[in-house]
Amino acid sequence: MTIKGKAYVVGVFEHPTRKADDVSLAQLHAEVARGALADAGLSKGDVDGYFCAGDAPGLGGLSMADYMGLKLRHIDTTETGGSSYVVHVGHAAQAIAAGKCSVALITLAGRPRAEGMATGTAPRNYGAAAPDVAFEFPFGPTVVNQYAMAAMRHMHQFGTTSAQLAWIKVAASQHAQHNPHALLRDVVTVDEVVSSPMVADPLHRLDCCVITDGGGAIVVTSPEVAKALARPRVRVLGAGEAVKHQAGGKIDLTYTGAVWSGPAAFAEAGLRPADVKYVSIYDSFTITVLITLEDLGFCDKGQGGKFVADGNLISGVGRLPFNTDGGGLCNNHPANRGGLTKVVEAVRQLRGEAHPRVQVKNCDVALAHGTGGSLATRHGSATLIMERES
Amino acid sequence: MSGPQRTIPAPPVNTETKRFWEAAAAGTLLIKRCEACGEPHYYPRPICPFCGSDRTTWVETSGRGTIYSYSVFRRAPVPYAIAYVTLEEGPTMMTNIVDADLDGIRIGQRVRVRFTPTDGGPPVPTFAPA
Repeated sequence: MTIKGKAYVVGVFEHPTRKADDVSLAQLHAEVARGALADAGLSKGDVDGYFCAGDAPGLGGLSMADYMGLKLRHIDTTETGGSSYVVHVGHAAQAIAAGKCSVALITLAGRPRAEGMATGTAPRNYGAAAPDVAFEFPFGPTVVNQYAMAAMRHMHQFGTTSAQLAWIKVAASQHAQHNPHALLRDVVTVDEVVSSPMVADPLHRLDCCVITDGGGAIVVTSPEVAKALARPRVRVLGAGEAVKHQAGGKIDLTYTGAVWSGPAAFAEAGLRPADVKYVSIYDSFTITVLITLEDLGFCDKGQGGKFVADGNLISGVGRLPFNTDGGGLCNNHPANRGGLTKVVEAVRQLRGEAHPRVQVKNCDVALAHGTGGSLATRHGSATLIMERES
Repeated sequence: MSGPQRTIPAPPVNTETKRFWEAAAAGTLLIKRCEACGEPHYYPRPICPFCGSDRTTWVETSGRGTIYSYSVFRRAPVPYAIAYVTLEEGPTMMTNIVDADLDGIRIGQRVRVRFTPTDGGPPVPTFAPA
Protein backbone atom coordinates (compact mmCIF):
# COMPACT_ATOMS: atom_id res chain seq x y z
CA MET A 1 0.00 0.00 0.00
CA THR A 2 1.25 3.48 -0.78
CA ILE A 3 0.35 6.82 0.80
CA LYS A 4 1.01 8.67 -2.43
CA GLY A 5 -1.80 11.14 -3.00
CA LYS A 6 -3.88 9.77 -0.14
CA ALA A 7 -3.33 12.62 2.31
CA TYR A 8 -2.97 16.40 2.22
CA VAL A 9 -1.29 18.90 4.52
CA VAL A 10 -3.98 21.53 4.92
CA GLY A 11 -2.93 23.45 8.01
CA VAL A 12 0.41 24.62 9.41
CA PHE A 13 1.31 27.00 12.20
CA GLU A 14 4.55 28.18 13.75
CA HIS A 15 4.20 29.91 17.12
CA PRO A 16 5.58 33.45 16.86
CA THR A 17 7.15 33.40 20.33
CA ARG A 18 10.80 32.60 20.85
CA LYS A 19 10.70 32.96 24.64
CA ALA A 20 7.61 31.82 26.50
CA ASP A 21 8.13 32.94 30.08
CA ASP A 22 4.44 33.27 30.90
CA VAL A 23 2.89 30.44 28.91
CA SER A 24 2.71 26.85 30.13
CA LEU A 25 3.87 23.95 28.00
CA ALA A 26 0.33 22.57 27.68
CA GLN A 27 -0.98 26.00 26.67
CA LEU A 28 1.69 26.26 23.96
CA HIS A 29 0.52 22.92 22.53
CA ALA A 30 -3.08 24.13 22.56
CA GLU A 31 -2.17 27.46 20.98
CA VAL A 32 -0.32 25.88 18.06
CA ALA A 33 -3.18 23.42 17.58
CA ARG A 34 -5.62 26.36 17.32
CA GLY A 35 -3.29 28.08 14.88
CA ALA A 36 -2.97 25.15 12.51
CA LEU A 37 -6.68 24.34 12.60
CA ALA A 38 -7.53 27.98 11.85
CA ASP A 39 -5.03 27.94 8.98
CA ALA A 40 -6.78 24.89 7.55
CA GLY A 41 -10.28 26.27 8.09
CA LEU A 42 -11.14 23.37 10.41
CA SER A 43 -12.22 23.26 14.05
CA LYS A 44 -11.21 21.20 17.03
CA GLY A 45 -14.26 19.01 16.68
CA ASP A 46 -13.06 17.87 13.26
CA VAL A 47 -9.91 16.30 14.73
CA ASP A 48 -10.10 12.53 15.14
CA GLY A 49 -6.39 11.68 15.09
CA TYR A 50 -3.67 13.16 17.32
CA PHE A 51 0.11 12.91 17.11
CA CYS A 52 2.72 14.15 19.58
CA ALA A 53 6.13 13.13 20.91
CA GLY A 54 8.29 13.37 24.01
CA ASP A 55 7.91 17.13 24.35
CA ALA A 56 4.22 16.80 25.29
CA PRO A 57 3.73 17.07 29.07
CA GLY A 58 2.43 14.45 31.45
CA LEU A 59 1.31 11.25 29.75
CA GLY A 60 1.85 12.87 26.36
CA GLY A 61 -1.03 12.15 24.04
CA LEU A 62 -3.36 11.25 26.88
CA SER A 63 -2.65 14.43 28.82
CA MET A 64 -2.92 16.64 25.76
CA ALA A 65 -6.14 15.02 24.51
CA ASP A 66 -7.58 15.60 27.99
CA TYR A 67 -6.33 19.21 28.13
CA MET A 68 -7.54 20.15 24.66
CA GLY A 69 -10.73 18.09 24.82
CA LEU A 70 -10.07 15.98 21.74
CA LYS A 71 -12.35 13.11 20.71
CA LEU A 72 -9.96 10.64 19.09
CA ARG A 73 -10.17 7.37 17.22
CA HIS A 74 -6.45 7.32 16.39
CA ILE A 75 -3.40 8.27 18.48
CA ASP A 76 0.34 7.98 17.74
CA THR A 77 3.07 9.18 20.09
CA THR A 78 6.08 7.93 18.14
CA GLU A 79 9.23 9.42 19.66
CA THR A 80 12.29 9.82 17.45
CA GLY A 81 13.58 13.09 18.90
CA GLY A 82 13.50 16.12 16.64
CA SER A 83 12.55 14.02 13.63
CA SER A 84 9.32 12.82 15.30
CA TYR A 85 7.00 15.30 13.59
CA VAL A 86 8.21 14.43 10.09
CA VAL A 87 7.60 10.78 11.00
CA HIS A 88 4.14 11.82 12.26
CA VAL A 89 3.14 13.28 8.89
CA GLY A 90 3.96 9.96 7.23
CA HIS A 91 2.14 8.02 9.93
CA ALA A 92 -0.85 10.36 9.67
CA ALA A 93 -0.98 9.75 5.92
CA GLN A 94 -0.92 5.99 6.56
CA ALA A 95 -3.70 6.23 9.13
CA ILE A 96 -5.80 8.38 6.81
CA ALA A 97 -5.20 6.03 3.86
CA ALA A 98 -6.30 3.12 6.05
CA GLY A 99 -9.43 4.95 7.18
CA LYS A 100 -8.33 5.12 10.81
CA CYS A 101 -8.82 8.89 11.01
CA SER A 102 -9.67 11.72 8.66
CA VAL A 103 -8.26 14.86 10.33
CA ALA A 104 -4.87 14.36 12.00
CA LEU A 105 -3.39 17.00 14.30
CA ILE A 106 0.35 17.04 15.08
CA THR A 107 1.70 19.35 17.81
CA LEU A 108 5.11 20.30 19.17
CA ALA A 109 5.98 22.79 21.94
CA GLY A 110 8.71 23.52 24.44
CA ARG A 111 10.27 26.11 26.75
CA PRO A 112 14.01 25.37 26.96
CA ARG A 113 14.90 29.09 27.13
CA ALA A 114 12.35 29.96 29.80
CA GLU A 115 13.52 26.95 31.80
CA GLY A 116 17.21 27.82 31.37
CA MET A 117 18.04 24.38 29.97
CA ALA A 118 21.71 23.76 29.07
CA THR A 119 20.58 22.36 25.76
CA GLY A 120 23.69 21.47 23.86
CA THR A 121 26.44 21.90 26.40
CA ALA A 122 25.52 19.56 29.26
CA PRO A 123 25.57 15.78 28.82
CA ARG A 124 22.03 14.43 28.73
CA ASN A 125 21.24 11.48 30.96
CA TYR A 126 18.14 9.50 30.10
CA GLY A 127 18.37 7.47 33.32
CA ALA A 128 20.33 4.49 34.60
CA ALA A 129 18.10 2.01 32.75
CA ALA A 130 19.08 3.39 29.33
CA PRO A 131 21.39 0.61 28.10
CA ASP A 132 24.04 2.99 26.73
CA VAL A 133 24.31 5.26 29.78
CA ALA A 134 27.09 3.43 31.65
CA PHE A 135 29.19 3.27 28.48
CA GLU A 136 28.68 6.83 27.29
CA PHE A 137 27.53 9.29 29.97
CA PRO A 138 30.78 9.17 32.02
CA PHE A 139 32.66 10.49 28.97
CA GLY A 140 30.63 13.70 28.80
CA PRO A 141 28.72 13.30 25.53
CA THR A 142 26.87 16.56 24.87
CA VAL A 143 24.73 17.15 21.82
CA VAL A 144 27.35 19.44 20.34
CA ASN A 145 30.45 17.29 20.87
CA GLN A 146 28.73 14.24 19.44
CA TYR A 147 27.82 16.12 16.25
CA ALA A 148 31.32 17.61 16.31
CA MET A 149 32.84 14.12 16.11
CA ALA A 150 30.85 13.49 12.92
CA ALA A 151 32.15 16.78 11.52
CA MET A 152 35.73 15.94 12.51
CA ARG A 153 35.54 12.58 10.78
CA HIS A 154 33.97 14.09 7.65
CA MET A 155 36.81 16.62 7.46
CA HIS A 156 39.39 13.88 7.92
CA GLN A 157 37.92 11.51 5.37
CA PHE A 158 36.72 13.93 2.68
CA GLY A 159 38.66 17.15 3.22
CA THR A 160 35.59 19.15 4.21
CA THR A 161 36.52 22.55 5.68
CA SER A 162 35.10 24.85 8.34
CA ALA A 163 34.59 27.51 5.65
CA GLN A 164 32.41 25.10 3.64
CA LEU A 165 30.32 24.31 6.73
CA ALA A 166 30.05 28.05 7.39
CA TRP A 167 28.31 28.56 4.04
CA ILE A 168 25.30 26.68 5.45
CA LYS A 169 24.94 29.21 8.26
CA VAL A 170 25.54 32.06 5.81
CA ALA A 171 22.68 30.83 3.61
CA ALA A 172 20.36 30.47 6.63
CA SER A 173 21.19 34.01 7.75
CA GLN A 174 20.55 35.40 4.26
CA HIS A 175 17.04 33.94 4.53
CA ALA A 176 16.43 34.87 8.19
CA GLN A 177 16.92 38.58 7.53
CA HIS A 178 13.49 38.53 5.84
CA ASN A 179 11.73 36.67 8.69
CA PRO A 180 10.42 39.12 11.31
CA HIS A 181 10.00 36.28 13.82
CA ALA A 182 13.54 34.90 13.43
CA LEU A 183 15.64 34.95 16.60
CA LEU A 184 18.77 35.91 14.65
CA ARG A 185 18.18 38.26 11.71
CA ASP A 186 21.69 39.56 11.10
CA VAL A 187 23.38 38.37 7.92
CA VAL A 188 26.71 36.72 8.72
CA THR A 189 29.78 35.99 6.60
CA VAL A 190 31.94 32.89 6.34
CA ASP A 191 34.67 34.74 8.24
CA GLU A 192 32.29 35.60 11.05
CA VAL A 193 31.26 31.95 11.39
CA VAL A 194 34.77 30.52 11.46
CA SER A 195 36.00 33.22 13.84
CA SER A 196 33.13 32.76 16.30
CA PRO A 197 34.15 30.99 19.53
CA MET A 198 34.97 27.29 19.25
CA VAL A 199 32.43 25.23 21.18
CA ALA A 200 33.54 21.68 20.38
CA ASP A 201 36.23 21.19 17.71
CA PRO A 202 35.53 21.73 14.84
CA LEU A 203 32.11 23.33 15.49
CA HIS A 204 31.99 27.05 16.31
CA ARG A 205 29.18 28.86 18.06
CA LEU A 206 27.72 29.92 14.70
CA ASP A 207 27.72 26.30 13.49
CA CYS A 208 25.10 25.64 16.18
CA CYS A 209 21.35 26.21 16.02
CA VAL A 210 19.46 28.62 18.22
CA ILE A 211 17.69 27.66 21.45
CA THR A 212 14.08 28.85 21.42
CA ASP A 213 10.73 28.36 23.09
CA GLY A 214 7.56 27.97 21.10
CA GLY A 215 6.29 25.24 18.86
CA GLY A 216 4.19 24.44 15.86
CA ALA A 217 1.42 22.26 14.53
CA ILE A 218 0.39 20.50 11.33
CA VAL A 219 -3.01 19.28 10.13
CA VAL A 220 -3.12 16.37 7.68
CA THR A 221 -6.36 15.20 6.15
CA SER A 222 -8.00 13.04 3.50
CA PRO A 223 -8.48 14.07 -0.14
CA GLU A 224 -12.22 14.42 0.48
CA VAL A 225 -11.82 16.85 3.38
CA ALA A 226 -9.00 18.74 1.64
CA LYS A 227 -11.10 19.36 -1.47
CA ALA A 228 -13.77 21.10 0.62
CA LEU A 229 -11.26 23.57 2.12
CA ALA A 230 -10.24 26.94 0.74
CA ARG A 231 -6.47 26.60 1.23
CA PRO A 232 -4.00 25.66 -1.53
CA ARG A 233 -3.70 21.90 -1.56
CA VAL A 234 -0.37 20.29 -0.62
CA ARG A 235 -0.33 16.60 -1.38
CA VAL A 236 1.84 14.03 0.40
CA LEU A 237 3.75 12.05 -2.23
CA GLY A 238 6.13 9.92 -0.22
CA ALA A 239 7.56 9.37 3.22
CA GLY A 240 10.46 7.36 4.59
CA GLU A 241 11.74 6.75 8.08
CA ALA A 242 14.79 5.03 9.51
CA VAL A 243 16.74 4.55 12.71
CA LYS A 244 20.52 4.49 12.56
CA HIS A 245 22.53 3.25 15.53
CA GLN A 246 25.99 2.05 16.50
CA ALA A 247 25.52 -1.41 14.96
CA GLY A 248 27.12 -3.18 17.92
CA GLY A 249 30.27 -1.09 17.61
CA LYS A 250 30.60 -0.90 13.79
CA ILE A 251 30.36 2.88 14.07
CA ASP A 252 30.47 4.98 10.90
CA LEU A 253 29.99 8.71 11.48
CA THR A 254 30.02 9.63 7.79
CA TYR A 255 26.40 8.87 7.01
CA THR A 256 22.94 9.07 8.59
CA GLY A 257 19.66 7.19 8.34
CA ALA A 258 18.79 9.52 5.46
CA VAL A 259 20.51 6.97 3.20
CA TRP A 260 17.48 4.77 3.90
CA SER A 261 14.64 7.22 4.56
CA GLY A 262 15.48 9.32 1.49
CA PRO A 263 15.37 6.57 -1.15
CA ALA A 264 12.20 5.17 0.45
CA ALA A 265 10.47 8.55 0.17
CA PHE A 266 11.69 9.17 -3.37
CA ALA A 267 10.61 5.68 -4.46
CA GLU A 268 7.13 6.19 -3.04
CA ALA A 269 6.86 9.60 -4.68
CA GLY A 270 8.22 8.29 -7.99
CA LEU A 271 10.67 11.22 -8.07
CA ARG A 272 14.41 11.89 -7.97
CA PRO A 273 16.41 14.56 -6.11
CA ALA A 274 16.62 16.59 -9.33
CA ASP A 275 12.82 17.01 -9.24
CA VAL A 276 12.89 18.84 -5.89
CA LYS A 277 12.68 22.64 -6.03
CA TYR A 278 13.05 23.40 -2.33
CA VAL A 279 14.39 21.50 0.71
CA SER A 280 13.89 21.94 4.44
CA ILE A 281 16.83 20.11 6.00
CA TYR A 282 17.16 19.64 9.75
CA ASP A 283 19.92 22.01 10.82
CA SER A 284 20.75 21.39 14.46
CA PHE A 285 24.30 22.09 13.33
CA THR A 286 25.83 22.95 9.98
CA ILE A 287 27.28 19.43 9.70
CA THR A 288 23.79 17.93 10.02
CA VAL A 289 22.77 19.66 6.78
CA LEU A 290 25.92 18.77 4.88
CA ILE A 291 25.81 15.03 5.62
CA THR A 292 22.04 14.86 5.07
CA LEU A 293 22.25 16.48 1.62
CA GLU A 294 24.81 13.85 0.62
CA ASP A 295 22.73 11.03 2.05
CA LEU A 296 19.57 12.19 0.26
CA GLY A 297 21.43 12.11 -3.05
CA PHE A 298 21.66 15.85 -3.79
CA CYS A 299 25.42 15.32 -4.24
CA ASP A 300 27.86 12.43 -3.95
CA LYS A 301 29.14 11.24 -0.57
CA GLY A 302 32.04 13.42 0.46
CA GLN A 303 31.13 16.23 -1.94
CA GLY A 304 28.79 18.05 0.47
CA GLY A 305 31.39 20.70 1.28
CA LYS A 306 31.72 21.74 -2.34
CA PHE A 307 27.96 21.48 -2.86
CA VAL A 308 26.98 23.89 -0.08
CA ALA A 309 29.74 26.44 -0.75
CA ASP A 310 29.45 29.74 -2.59
CA GLY A 311 25.79 30.31 -1.81
CA ASN A 312 24.39 27.19 -3.44
CA LEU A 313 21.70 26.92 -0.73
CA ILE A 314 20.60 30.59 -0.95
CA SER A 315 17.20 31.19 -2.53
CA GLY A 316 17.52 33.09 -5.80
CA VAL A 317 21.28 32.49 -5.88
CA GLY A 318 22.04 28.78 -5.68
CA ARG A 319 20.71 25.56 -7.19
CA LEU A 320 19.06 24.19 -4.07
CA PRO A 321 17.34 26.76 -1.82
CA PHE A 322 17.06 25.45 1.74
CA ASN A 323 15.45 26.55 5.01
CA THR A 324 14.10 29.83 3.67
CA ASP A 325 12.65 30.75 7.08
CA GLY A 326 16.19 30.86 8.49
CA GLY A 327 15.91 27.32 9.82
CA GLY A 328 17.12 26.18 13.20
CA LEU A 329 20.41 27.96 12.67
CA CYS A 330 18.79 31.42 12.71
CA ASN A 331 15.01 31.35 13.03
CA ASN A 332 13.63 28.82 15.46
CA HIS A 333 14.38 25.44 17.04
CA PRO A 334 11.39 25.14 19.38
CA ALA A 335 11.78 22.62 22.20
CA ASN A 336 15.19 21.70 20.74
CA ARG A 337 13.25 19.78 18.12
CA GLY A 338 13.33 21.18 14.61
CA GLY A 339 11.40 18.65 12.55
CA LEU A 340 8.01 20.30 12.69
CA THR A 341 9.14 23.73 11.50
CA LYS A 342 10.88 22.00 8.57
CA VAL A 343 7.50 20.81 7.32
CA VAL A 344 5.91 24.21 7.97
CA GLU A 345 8.34 26.14 5.74
CA ALA A 346 8.13 23.49 3.00
CA VAL A 347 4.34 23.91 2.99
CA ARG A 348 4.70 27.71 2.85
CA GLN A 349 6.94 27.32 -0.20
CA LEU A 350 4.52 24.97 -1.96
CA ARG A 351 1.63 27.35 -1.27
CA GLY A 352 3.65 30.32 -2.50
CA GLU A 353 3.36 31.85 0.98
CA ALA A 354 7.05 32.12 1.86
CA HIS A 355 8.46 35.64 2.19
CA PRO A 356 8.57 37.13 -1.34
CA ARG A 357 12.33 37.65 -1.06
CA VAL A 358 12.93 33.93 -0.51
CA GLN A 359 9.94 32.36 -2.33
CA VAL A 360 11.17 29.78 -4.84
CA LYS A 361 9.66 30.27 -8.29
CA ASN A 362 7.40 27.48 -9.56
CA CYS A 363 7.89 25.54 -6.33
CA ASP A 364 5.88 22.44 -7.18
CA VAL A 365 7.85 19.78 -5.27
CA ALA A 366 9.45 20.19 -1.82
CA LEU A 367 11.24 17.89 0.58
CA ALA A 368 11.37 18.12 4.37
CA HIS A 369 13.84 16.08 6.37
CA GLY A 370 14.15 15.53 10.11
CA THR A 371 17.05 14.17 12.17
CA GLY A 372 16.63 13.45 15.88
CA GLY A 373 19.10 12.12 18.42
CA SER A 374 22.87 11.65 18.16
CA LEU A 375 24.05 12.09 14.59
CA ALA A 376 25.09 8.79 12.98
CA THR A 377 25.16 6.85 16.26
CA ARG A 378 21.59 6.79 17.58
CA HIS A 379 19.10 8.87 15.69
CA GLY A 380 15.86 8.91 13.77
CA SER A 381 15.70 10.06 10.16
CA ALA A 382 12.52 11.01 8.37
CA THR A 383 12.04 12.24 4.81
CA LEU A 384 8.80 13.71 3.48
CA ILE A 385 8.12 14.69 -0.14
CA MET A 386 5.13 16.88 -0.97
CA GLU A 387 3.77 18.60 -4.04
CA ARG A 388 1.50 21.51 -4.80
CA GLU A 389 -1.62 20.26 -6.51
CA SER A 390 -2.21 22.41 -9.54
CA MET B 1 49.24 18.31 29.89
CA SER B 2 47.86 17.51 33.28
CA GLY B 3 45.94 20.51 34.55
CA PRO B 4 42.75 20.19 36.58
CA GLN B 5 40.84 17.02 35.72
CA ARG B 6 37.16 16.71 34.99
CA THR B 7 35.20 14.74 37.57
CA ILE B 8 33.85 11.70 35.78
CA PRO B 9 30.41 10.56 36.96
CA ALA B 10 30.09 6.98 38.11
CA PRO B 11 28.65 4.51 35.57
CA PRO B 12 25.50 2.76 36.78
CA VAL B 13 26.25 -0.95 37.23
CA ASN B 14 23.64 -3.68 36.84
CA THR B 15 23.67 -7.49 36.79
CA GLU B 16 24.14 -7.44 33.03
CA THR B 17 27.34 -5.39 33.20
CA LYS B 18 28.73 -6.26 36.66
CA ARG B 19 31.48 -8.46 35.19
CA PHE B 20 32.62 -5.67 32.86
CA TRP B 21 33.06 -3.22 35.72
CA GLU B 22 34.79 -5.78 37.96
CA ALA B 23 37.30 -6.33 35.15
CA ALA B 24 37.63 -2.56 34.73
CA ALA B 25 38.51 -2.24 38.43
CA ALA B 26 41.22 -4.85 37.81
CA GLY B 27 42.56 -2.93 34.79
CA THR B 28 41.14 -5.08 31.99
CA LEU B 29 38.89 -3.93 29.17
CA LEU B 30 36.34 -6.57 28.21
CA ILE B 31 34.09 -6.76 25.17
CA LYS B 32 31.57 -9.42 24.20
CA ARG B 33 31.81 -11.93 21.38
CA CYS B 34 28.98 -14.08 20.06
CA GLU B 35 29.71 -17.80 19.91
CA ALA B 36 26.94 -18.30 17.35
CA CYS B 37 27.94 -15.76 14.71
CA GLY B 38 31.47 -14.91 15.84
CA GLU B 39 30.92 -11.14 15.89
CA PRO B 40 32.44 -9.07 18.69
CA HIS B 41 30.32 -6.20 19.98
CA TYR B 42 30.40 -3.18 22.29
CA TYR B 43 28.81 -1.94 24.53
CA PRO B 44 28.41 -5.45 25.96
CA ARG B 45 25.01 -7.17 25.96
CA PRO B 46 23.85 -10.70 26.85
CA ILE B 47 21.92 -10.98 23.56
CA CYS B 48 24.02 -10.54 20.41
CA PRO B 49 22.96 -7.39 18.50
CA PHE B 50 23.98 -9.03 15.22
CA CYS B 51 22.28 -12.45 15.24
CA GLY B 52 20.13 -12.41 18.38
CA SER B 53 21.82 -15.40 20.00
CA ASP B 54 22.17 -15.51 23.79
CA ARG B 55 25.51 -17.32 23.51
CA THR B 56 27.70 -14.28 24.12
CA THR B 57 30.93 -14.50 26.09
CA TRP B 58 33.29 -11.99 27.65
CA VAL B 59 36.59 -11.49 25.83
CA GLU B 60 39.68 -9.69 27.12
CA THR B 61 40.99 -7.04 24.76
CA SER B 62 44.56 -5.93 24.23
CA GLY B 63 43.52 -2.45 25.30
CA ARG B 64 45.04 -1.06 22.10
CA GLY B 65 43.24 0.91 19.45
CA THR B 66 43.24 3.95 17.17
CA ILE B 67 41.26 7.17 17.34
CA TYR B 68 38.36 7.06 14.83
CA SER B 69 37.14 10.57 15.67
CA TYR B 70 37.29 13.04 18.55
CA SER B 71 36.28 16.51 19.67
CA VAL B 72 37.74 18.76 22.33
CA PHE B 73 34.86 20.35 24.21
CA ARG B 74 36.18 23.87 24.73
CA ARG B 75 33.09 25.24 26.45
CA ALA B 76 33.37 22.94 29.48
CA PRO B 77 34.73 24.37 32.77
CA VAL B 78 37.60 21.92 32.28
CA PRO B 79 37.98 21.22 28.54
CA TYR B 80 38.13 17.53 27.70
CA ALA B 81 38.44 15.29 24.67
CA ILE B 82 35.62 12.92 23.80
CA ALA B 83 36.46 10.30 21.19
CA TYR B 84 35.52 7.13 19.41
CA VAL B 85 38.36 4.61 19.56
CA THR B 86 38.42 1.54 17.33
CA LEU B 87 39.83 -1.43 19.25
CA GLU B 88 42.24 -3.92 17.68
CA GLU B 89 39.48 -6.49 18.18
CA GLY B 90 37.07 -4.53 15.95
CA PRO B 91 34.42 -2.60 17.84
CA THR B 92 34.52 1.19 18.12
CA MET B 93 33.71 2.68 21.51
CA MET B 94 33.00 6.08 23.06
CA THR B 95 35.71 7.23 25.46
CA ASN B 96 37.87 10.14 26.59
CA ILE B 97 41.44 10.77 25.53
CA VAL B 98 43.44 11.49 28.70
CA ASP B 99 47.03 12.36 29.58
CA ALA B 100 47.39 14.04 26.19
CA ASP B 101 47.97 17.51 24.79
CA LEU B 102 44.41 18.45 23.81
CA ASP B 103 45.74 20.32 20.77
CA GLY B 104 47.83 17.36 19.60
CA ILE B 105 45.09 14.71 19.31
CA ARG B 106 44.68 13.31 15.80
CA ILE B 107 42.41 10.84 14.02
CA GLY B 108 44.36 7.65 13.40
CA GLN B 109 46.52 8.16 16.49
CA ARG B 110 47.40 4.94 18.33
CA VAL B 111 46.13 4.82 21.89
CA ARG B 112 46.11 2.45 24.83
CA VAL B 113 43.48 2.00 27.52
CA ARG B 114 44.09 3.76 30.83
CA PHE B 115 41.33 3.40 33.36
CA THR B 116 40.27 6.65 35.03
CA PRO B 117 38.64 6.85 38.48
CA THR B 118 35.04 8.01 38.69
CA ASP B 119 33.02 9.82 41.32
CA GLY B 120 32.16 6.92 43.60
CA GLY B 121 31.96 4.12 41.05
CA PRO B 122 34.25 1.75 39.16
CA PRO B 123 36.90 3.26 36.86
CA VAL B 124 35.98 3.79 33.22
CA PRO B 125 38.05 2.87 30.15
CA THR B 126 39.73 6.02 28.84
CA PHE B 127 42.65 6.04 26.44
CA ALA B 128 46.05 7.73 26.37
CA PRO B 129 48.49 8.08 23.46
CA ALA B 130 50.37 4.78 23.02
